Amino acid sequence: MTPVGLEHFLVVSGVLFCLGLWGVIVRRNLLIMYMSLELMLNAANLALVSFSRFNNRLDGQIMVFFIITVAAAEVAVGLALIVALYRKKQTAHVEDLATMKL
Amino acid sequence: MQTQDIFFYVFALLTVICAVMVVANPLSRNPVTSAMFLVLTIVCMAGLFVLLHAFFLAAVQILVYAGAVMVLFLFVIMLLDLKEEERRKVKIVGAGLGTISVGAVAFLLFRIILTSSKGAANAAPQLEGSTSSLGTLLFSKYVLPFEILSLLLLVAMVGVILLSKKDLK
Repeated sequence: MTPVGLEHFLVVSGVLFCLGLWGVIVRRNLLIMYMSLELMLNAANLALVSFSRFNNRLDGQIMVFFIITVAAAEVAVGLALIVALYRKKQTAHVEDLATMKL
Repeated sequence: MQTQDIFFYVFALLTVICAVMVVANPLSRNPVTSAMFLVLTIVCMAGLFVLLHAFFLAAVQILVYAGAVMVLFLFVIMLLDLKEEERRKVKIVGAGLGTISVGAVAFLLFRIILTSSKGAANAAPQLEGSTSSLGTLLFSKYVLPFEILSLLLLVAMVGVILLSKKDLK
């Protein structure tokens, strides 16, 4: 077996990204869709850290630091939106939210 | 095979298994289970960060993601009453089409990863993601984005307070 290199980490990152994408597309629960989004962000983080390590540049890790901060802000706002929505409609299911559908 | 490689395979396998359980848990469709598996995924991913010598980011990953973000998730899940979600049926057509499109994306992604040039990137890495060098870079080259980020956090905080008010006028 070859020693662990950049491709190994990128494959893990790609698998995580695809799982997150699948969750966003197929699952219809708002909270689980949101968790899948977090999974995709984490996959991007893993790819950035491994690129940073194997290219000998620290900039990628700074980028990950920023992504983690933005993700925390995004989660706070998104969950507040979900709670406000639930208060109004009593549901967290995407198919019940068809008011703006043509 | 070196010890590091064994650790990589263990952590990678655990990460992927837990991620599968987040999105497609065959036993339960309860969001709390998904959130717990997401915490496990994040912890295993912090292990991968340690293998990449990004020690500070591994700590931040556990503190911010597993500590703060997931607690927020669990609070909201318990605030909302999601009992009836478990009885919903998955629509077969939508799920099938979604799986096909994700499969196409995955095919492209892995083809690019596996066919891209290998030589240069596989040279023995030298980089140490020590906290002090990361901090120096953050407060010299990236000081402006860092300050803007604080503004973003302020905006998010104000927005959340406004959104969670009972009667908006």
